[in-house]
Amino acid sequence: GKNEYDLLVIGGGSGGLACAKEAAQFGRKVAVLDYVEPSPQGTKWGLGGTCVNVGCIPKKLMHQAALLGSALKDAQHYGWNIAQPVHHTWSVMAQAVQNYVKSLNWGHRVQLQDKKVKYFNMQGSFSDPHTIRGLTKAGKETVVTAENIVIATGGRPKYPTHVAGALEYGITSDDLFWLKESPRKTLTPFVFNVSLECAGFLTGIGLDTTVMMRSIPLRGFDQQMASLVTEHMECYGTKFLKRCFPTKVEKLESNRLQVTWKNTDLGTEETDCFDTVMWAVGRAPDVKTLNLDAVGVKTNSETGKIIVDASEATSVPHIYAIGDITEGRPELTPTAIAAGKLLARRLFGQSSELMDYDNVPTTVFTPLEYGCVGLSEEAAVQCYGSDNIEVYHAYYKPLEFTVAERDATQCYIKMVCLQEREQRILGLHFIGPNAGEVIQGFALGIKCGATYSQLMKTVGIHPTCAEEITKLHITKRSGLDATVTGC
Amino acid sequence: QEAAKYEKKVMVLDFVTPTPLGNSWGLGGTCVNVGCIPKKLMHQAALLGQALQDSRKFGWQFPEEVRHNWMTMTESVQNYIGSLNWGYRVALREKKVTYENAYGEFVGPHTVKATNKRGVEKLYTAEKFLIATGERPRYLGIPGDKEYCISSDDLFSLPYCPGKTLVVGASYVALECAGFLAGIGLDVTVMVRSILLRGFDQDIANKIGEYMEEHGINFIREFVPIKVEQIEEGTPGILKVTSKSTKGNEIIEGEYNTVLLAIGRDACTRKIGLDKVGVIINEKTGKIPVNDKEQTNVPYIYAIGDILQDKLELTPVAIQAGRLLVRRLYAGATTKCDYVNVPTTVFTPLEYGACGYSEEAAVKKFGEENIEVYHSHFWPLEWTVPSRDNNKCYAKIICNIQDNERVIGFHVLGPNAGEVTQGFAAAMKCGITKEQLDSTIGIHPVCAEV
Repeated sequence: GKNEYDLLVIGGGSGGLACAKEAAQFGRKVAVLDYVEPSPQGTKWGLGGTCVNVGCIPKKLMHQAALLGSALKDAQHYGWNIAQPVHHTWSVMAQAVQNYVKSLNWGHRVQLQDKKVKYFNMQGSFSDPHTIRGLTKAGKETVVTAENIVIATGGRPKYPTHVAGALEYGITSDDLFWLKESPRKTLTPFVFNVSLECAGFLTGIGLDTTVMMRSIPLRGFDQQMASLVTEHMECYGTKFLKRCFPTKVEKLESNRLQVTWKNTDLGTEETDCFDTVMWAVGRAPDVKTLNLDAVGVKTNSETGKIIVDASEATSVPHIYAIGDITEGRPELTPTAIAAGKLLARRLFGQSSELMDYDNVPTTVFTPLEYGCVGLSEEAAVQCYGSDNIEVYHAYYKPLEFTVAERDATQCYIKMVCLQEREQRILGLHFIGPNAGEVIQGFALGIKCGATYSQLMKTVGIHPTCAEEITKLHITKRSGLDATVTGC
Repeated sequence: QEAAKYEKKVMVLDFVTPTPLGNSWGLGGTCVNVGCIPKKLMHQAALLGQALQDSRKFGWQFPEEVRHNWMTMTESVQNYIGSLNWGYRVALREKKVTYENAYGEFVGPHTVKATNKRGVEKLYTAEKFLIATGERPRYLGIPGDKEYCISSDDLFSLPYCPGKTLVVGASYVALECAGFLAGIGLDVTVMVRSILLRGFDQDIANKIGEYMEEHGINFIREFVPIKVEQIEEGTPGILKVTSKSTKGNEIIEGEYNTVLLAIGRDACTRKIGLDKVGVIINEKTGKIPVNDKEQTNVPYIYAIGDILQDKLELTPVAIQAGRLLVRRLYAGATTKCDYVNVPTTVFTPLEYGACGYSEEAAVKKFGEENIEVYHSHFWPLEWTVPSRDNNKCYAKIICNIQDNERVIGFHVLGPNAGEVTQGFAAAMKCGITKEQLDSTIGIHPVCAEV
């Protein structure tokens, strides 16, 4: 054909790479364009996208560092003679994490090579529906044509434009994981889970951390669970400034940052000094440089995200979009990967399977982890009415917390079911250690339409936290004490 | 406790015959006192030892050598167990269940004699009886075993550090104990007569053994001890163990501070007067055969838990069976205990969670051509930074091709295997197929997404 490639993917992140590699399996000529515009602070990184470089991977590793800090405290109770307090060195952790991320960048490049996918380290923009203009850092231009194009450029953190000094003096998650020196006393004005996770691990490694929230935490998540998560973080040592929003950031002579904010409860204005201000006010889709207008790809006027149908097709034939850049999809790596693979199979592998975005499990890796799948209690009530749902719940104590004398007040499980007959499970929520590991298997069950009665027939594994899910029997409706007693 | 809910007059007799070395414990049975609970806590202590090593790579700084103190750990564990014993006594009292710390045995139809620690006897009659006496560790029957060796009944409350230990056996009890003893820094050797983890998937059993060996645990294979002698008294002292090969006449000797026997457990059914009421037991194993309603051959006598023939020796199974039995007896329910697809976890240093068929059992039942095995090695993200054990973790699912590729066996070898396996067991209960598994999105980054 006249086009150079069968498939061109713009964006070498979770979705883009998965799609490209899958298409290559079918013997197609595939190319990937990946380019990282440095952050305002100058941070940049290699192939792999958000997840690998400035998302899931470094986040979980730093979360692990914080968990190990707790483990060190527990260890004393279990007989290990270790003098407290133990100190943490940021640079040792950061270097180890950054080295691992770099090995992943390398791994991805090798994989593309092995699968004969052509890789361009260039920023792409549309010239016409089958032509992309690629620009290198040095300004060199290359024109690439393709039969099919997949946009998978993801998103980048937003800066609050109305706060003076935000851009000049603040950093975002794009920068946090690549800092060579400790951020020390940190303020994170936040809305979304990535920053709650960051605030969590920063506290865990011993840094003075404050979270500033204008309204509710973890918007979109079950609010009861969200408040338990933040409650735990408060007990854990993270400071919270609730119902406050920042108005300006100034740099002092000492190089520290002075932040001014409004307290909407008290109607007052307050200030304090920090070493680092990390903005986490949301992510914006990376569409500016794509030149979508030239080809007529429609985006959502409010969010800026690309509108796609159930087959990931945009408003322009042969142009598709997957991952964080698409409107109405969860911003998660596994969904992007799955969507990318299925798209490739539909384009080149004679498959017709569409991506199922229902019942996608997820986990927030805060100091006390929160894993969930399905509907929140609010969503279930809204969808079915509170008379038609039954909520089972329990407060439990992980065995490992007993000897370690750790507070388990926020360890909680909630299962939202339909009231009728077999009681199909609509949503499952778990707060506790290893929440991700716990929820994953149950997500499978829920995919199969699992009911409360089937769950009750499942024998528990003893002693684990997950078994508490198979023992849920107190309903919210009953008003009884939901604390688990006994072995 | 379940029966008491239905306003029945209930009595529980619990008595712990001291171990050969004089050890005893409170209310709660094996799981609470000398099983699952102390085992998992000591396993946790060992895991924390590993966490200490990892944490250095994650930026935590502390002196090179960190030692473990056995007494600190054991005291904490025993204190927690004590609180559970107490909790059970309170629960029974609150539910108005009469509790007697006495040894029960049948003396005639509907009649039991209860003898307490001081030898005082009382007789009790009841309409129905439930035998749930469980098991105790088996001894080798060789010179020196009862005098000098310990069992899991003694280990968790040992008032001194066991030191250089020989673990005899290849059961999960043996491997779990060997695992955490090594994890807290002790010199451990495991003596195995033939294979590891009999009854479990052998492919995985061997991987577990390999991992333990790579992490410093010595294995002596195809030998059995024939004599244990004391060379030096003390806490611990020094013991000399003489062992013979199972394959020839080779004799070896070794010196250890402690010898832990974990070669199996025997049902406590021989000395409770079952012959006086005609309850049939399997003479060879001592286990009691029951029908699917947990009823023995004597209609008013039931049995649950570890003493049952051909049933799984697991706490949750016993609890489930007990509850369902009572509901059938007193609440008109008909639900029987479902013993299929019961998940379990072995808490060895590299944990192993499983549900359903092992590969061998699946091949035997369905034929090799009718099953498909999907498998993968994986490297937990948390192990990357400390550069630990690349390619040791492993997951395997076995599907029945003839039944829509339904998942009939699930096996995972890796951290938090229990947490991972639980949900998959629920999914298997719902009849999950490979296709459904594939279409379920993974949580990232966790081990379970593999």
